Amino acid sequence: MERELRDTARRLLEDKTVGVVVGYSWNRKKTRTTPVFVTKPEDAERLIFNPLCVNNLSVYLTRKYPDVRALGRIGIVAKGCDIRNIVVLMAEGQIQREDIYIIGMTCSGVVYRQELWEGELKPEIMPTKCHNCDVRNPHLADTVIGERVSFTPPETPQGVVFDRIREIEGMSPSERWEFWMGHFSRCIKCYACRQVCSLCYCERCITDKNMPQWIETSAHPRGNLAWNLIRAMHLFGRCTFCGECERACPVNIPLNILNQKLAMVAKEAFDYSSGYDPEVHPPLRVFDPEDREDFIK
Amino acid sequence: MSENWEPRIMAFVCNWCTYAGADLAGTSRMEYKPNVRIIRFPCTGRIDPLFIIKAFENGADGVLVSGCHPGDCHYTTGNYHARRRWIGFKNLMEFVGIDTGRLHFSWVSASEAGKWVDLINRITEEVKKLGPFLEYRRLK
Repeated sequence: MERELRDTARRLLEDKTVGVVVGYSWNRKKTRTTPVFVTKPEDAERLIFNPLCVNNLSVYLTRKYPDVRALGRIGIVAKGCDIRNIVVLMAEGQIQREDIYIIGMTCSGVVYRQELWEGELKPEIMPTKCHNCDVRNPHLADTVIGERVSFTPPETPQGVVFDRIREIEGMSPSERWEFWMGHFSRCIKCYACRQVCSLCYCERCITDKNMPQWIETSAHPRGNLAWNLIRAMHLFGRCTFCGECERACPVNIPLNILNQKLAMVAKEAFDYSSGYDPEVHPPLRVFDPEDREDFIK
Repeated sequence: MSENWEPRIMAFVCNWCTYAGADLAGTSRMEYKPNVRIIRFPCTGRIDPLFIIKAFENGADGVLVSGCHPGDCHYTTGNYHARRRWIGFKNLMEFVGIDTGRLHFSWVSASEAGKWVDLINRITEEVKKLGPFLEYRRLK
C-alpha cells in the first residue's frame, strides 16, 4: 500500500500533474505521524500510511494556508472521512475539483489518539467515527490506493459519542448545564479547535472581531460558553464528525458530542448528511417552505 | 428571589411584521406586560444566534425571536432561512441545558396585535415562574 502510494506520488510530481503532495510521514523517532509536503519526486519515499495517520489534511486545502496553495495543484492523501471534508469545501465553493488531485486511501480505521497506539489496531482505541464509517472505501477520488475494505456500519450508530448523547439527552436541563459548564470552564481559548478544522476557514473569525467585541476573549466561563456555542453553531449542517477539534483540544472538551448532536439534528430535520455529494447544497444555504416549525408559536 | 422580582425579556423582532404588530398593539391601546425590551431588525434573517447569547450574557431572563409568517417575508425568503438556523440553535441551547421556557420563537404579523399581547403576557408568566437566570449570571 505504501509502495503504491509513493509510486503514485512520485509519478504525479514527475509529470507535473501536481505541484505538491500533502501526505503523512513519520516524525524523527518514528513514533508519531506528522503532515508532510512533498514537492520533489525523490522525497516521495517519505510518505507513509497506517492507522496512526489520524490528521485530517484537508485543512491545508483551505485559504488558511495560502503558502500550500501557492505551490500549485495540490495532491492530497486522504482517507474517506477526510474526503468528506473536501466534499464540503467543494459544495461551499472553497475549492474547485480540478484544482486538487485526491489520492484516496482505503482505511480500516485509525486510532483515536496517537498515544494509544501499541502496534496493533484494536476496536477499543478507534474513535466513534471509525465504528460507524461508511466511507472506508473513498467515495470521491482520482486514484484509490489499497485493497477494498468490506465493512458495513451498524444500522443504528454505535460508540461512546452516541452513548453520551443519549445519556445527556436523558438529563434535566440543570444537569446538562452543569455537565457542559464543567467542561467549558476548562477551555483556555487556544482556538486549536478552530485552527485544526478544515471547515472553519473564515479569514476573520467572529471571535477575532472586537468592534464590537462579540465573544469575550479571556478564558472565563461566560466567554467560553459563547465561543463553544458559536463554534458549534457555525458548523451546524457542515461538520462531518472528523473529530479533529476534540483531538486537538488540550483540555479534552468533548466537542464530538456537541458536533454530532447537531449533525443528528440536521439529519433528522433536513435529511442531510454532510460530505457525500458536492452537488447538494448545505442545509443552511437553502430552505424548504415545509421545514418543521413545531417550536414556533 | 424577591416577591416583586420582574423578569427581563428581550424581543428580537423584524421591522415589517412583528414590530408593526407591536406598534398596532400600542396604537390600539392594548395593555401588556412591560417586561419586554424590543429590538428591531430589518428581517429575522438578520438575527444572528450570537445576539441571543449576547442578550443572556447581559442579563436577559428570557428571549423572544419573532418575525413574519412563512411566505410573508418582506425580502421573500429571510424567515425561511432564519427558521432553519433556529432549528439548530434551539436544539443546541436545549442540549447545553438552557431551559426551553427561556427561549421562544414566534410568527406575529403586522395585524396580529392581539397575538402579540397574548404572547408577551404568556412568556412573561413563564419566565417569571422559572425565576431569574442565575446560572448564566453566575458565569461572570
